[in-house]
Amino acid sequence: MSVVAVLIPVALGLGLAGLGAFFWAMRNGQFDDPEGAANRILLDDDEDEV
Amino acid sequence: MSTQPRPSPALEHTVLIVPAMHCAGCMGKVERGLSAVPGVSSARVNLSARTVAVTHDPQVEEGSLLSALAGIGFEAQRRRAQLDAPASAVKPLLAPLAVAAFAMMNVMLLSVSVWSGAEGSTRILFHWLSALIGVPAIFYAGQPFFRSAWAALRTGRTNMDVPISIGITVATGLSLYETSVGGRHAWFDGALMLLTFLLAGRALDAMMRDKARAGVDSLLSQAAQGAIVVGDDGSLTSVKAEDLAPGMVMRIAAGEKLAADGEIVSGASRFDQSLLTGETAPVPAAVGERALAGTLNLDAPVDVRVSHAGRETTLAEIARLMEASTQNRSRYVRIADRASRLYAPAVHTLAAASVIGWLLAGASLYQALVIGVAVLIITCPCALGLAVPVAQVVASGALMRAGVMIKDGSALERLATIDRALFDKTGTLTLGTPLPDPAVVAAMDAEEASVALALASHSRHPLSRALATALSSTGTRAAPLDQVREVAGQGVFAQWNGVDVALRRPDSASGIASVLTIGERPHRLISFADRLRPGAADAIARLGAMGVECSILSGDRAEAVAPVAQTLGLTGQGSASPAEKQQAIGDLRQSGHRVLMVGDGLNDGPALAAADASIAPGSATDVGLQAADMVFVQSSLLAVPRAIAASRATMRVVKQNFALAIGYNLIAVPLAMAGLVTPLIAAAAMSGSSLVVVANSLRLARAAR
Repeated sequence: MSVVAVLIPVALGLGLAGLGAFFWAMRNGQFDDPEGAANRILLDDDEDEV
Repeated sequence: MSTQPRPSPALEHTVLIVPAMHCAGCMGKVERGLSAVPGVSSARVNLSARTVAVTHDPQVEEGSLLSALAGIGFEAQRRRAQLDAPASAVKPLLAPLAVAAFAMMNVMLLSVSVWSGAEGSTRILFHWLSALIGVPAIFYAGQPFFRSAWAALRTGRTNMDVPISIGITVATGLSLYETSVGGRHAWFDGALMLLTFLLAGRALDAMMRDKARAGVDSLLSQAAQGAIVVGDDGSLTSVKAEDLAPGMVMRIAAGEKLAADGEIVSGASRFDQSLLTGETAPVPAAVGERALAGTLNLDAPVDVRVSHAGRETTLAEIARLMEASTQNRSRYVRIADRASRLYAPAVHTLAAASVIGWLLAGASLYQALVIGVAVLIITCPCALGLAVPVAQVVASGALMRAGVMIKDGSALERLATIDRALFDKTGTLTLGTPLPDPAVVAAMDAEEASVALALASHSRHPLSRALATALSSTGTRAAPLDQVREVAGQGVFAQWNGVDVALRRPDSASGIASVLTIGERPHRLISFADRLRPGAADAIARLGAMGVECSILSGDRAEAVAPVAQTLGLTGQGSASPAEKQQAIGDLRQSGHRVLMVGDGLNDGPALAAADASIAPGSATDVGLQAADMVFVQSSLLAVPRAIAASRATMRVVKQNFALAIGYNLIAVPLAMAGLVTPLIAAAAMSGSSLVVVANSLRLARAAR
């Protein structure tokens, strides 16, 4: 029982943290442009091109 | 950079639409190109919406941003006011979905221990924990359903959300009671699982609609948006379409579209009214005559005094006709709601019958109620709620990859029922733009072709552009020219190796043609004509084989309709006004037909809105794009039979899904009525039937072939 008393709050806390992260991401506009985000990884960020 | 602009407190934001962006390379080019404009502090592309948001100093003009983009090969437009920040249908569903999924996973974790035999105080603790997570989550995530169910009930109707809401609410209430008395079964996991599945289905559906709308919006913005206005002092200013007022004088260059109705005050030209009336032959107009908004100036620059602008134009009449006819469509009841009309009373009767039956059999009121609730929960339309949206999402995804954008799921349902199709001619069966006669282009020798291409590339006239495109596609290279000059209304004149060359309008202006002259060589007459869309004959044949009778309904003259009708083997009606087109569709519907309208022009707007379903090509006018249920972007007309075939396949799958969901109920309901269903069985049955329905729907991924 004592293990459960620790594990349950931990499980709930982790879950809530994930939910909080999702809400933050949504408010922050991370889901505004899924297609662009998928393509942006292909861009070269280096300004000084060869 | 030493001339770094000082950070100004009042930076401005401009959103531009760049329809041609489609890859990472384009994104990089657009962002780098705009950042290089002095005064621009940042540029961020949104590839999903095909837009770029630019933050810049107030001094930076929109024109310089547009020309910077044009310089790197991207055509862009300002986003129009009414398109700003389109409300996304997905966003309001994402948060409830996340909450429901989070709560479901945690409650399920606790439920598994209960199912595996947790007893006594552990089970009570786990039930309380489930309630702690489940009740607020259900209250929050269930709101989309509760609200829609309440809205339906208040107006005395019912929809799919009513049985869903009742099932969820009752399950939650019973579980709370069970928990408080330390009972064996709590149903929080089942209710949350139901919510998660249903929300996922709706979010997918909304995502597809958002995507289709973004696609249509990016096509929309390509129409006439403004005009160059000549001031009293002769100054030229660019005025947006919505700011044009009667009395202003617009200067319309050749190849430009009019943004408002008006009277010609200087110059004379011919106007292409095909978008407005379907008439393909250019209409000449001179000083004192009327020129209409939406028509294309073909020959020479003219000055037009605005007589009606904005909502007062000829378009307003068409808009009124359209408003009247959209009511037809809003009266359509979607199949899911029709199903729930039968389903909800059946389920609620069954639940009531089991309560009464168990009471009669001598059970306590509490036992009877628990069994009644179990019936409600087990029949809660998990698979039924997914049956329609998932099939439609998969099918519209397949169609979108094939170049057909569908504005909403009900369009697929309506399209599946049609047995009669009416086609506009100009711009729908045909491409709507004049193309040079291929025989003449093929007959030109290499020198003629290269001179013609060089001359054509110096003009923005629609015929020149069409000729340049046709010649470039045959691999012709432009010849070097000297002293090129374009004479408005006459043509392009130049010197080639010391010889006078010209691409000019023919002396006798009958039909659409231009003349190529090279020194003393015989003149070559290049005739232009509107051509049939590729695949038109094939598409009509396929529609016939599918049992859809086709005919032509055009605003063009009967003489112009006849050859097209003959080529395609169709009957055709010409010279139909917008109201007559609408009437023709009304008559067909009266006689029991389900009518599909395929059209593009302003004159088709009321007909598109009045028909049971409507499709417009991507090249259609704004009115056409907005009135149609579906838009196809590639040039082939085969998109039409493909869309119909896909919609019919979708309805087949939807019906199979209903059969699967009902079959599941046939097994589960007797168990529930017998009092044998536990939360474990309910969870397994719900997820099992949902997975089967989703898997069946995925077969539609190839529906658009």
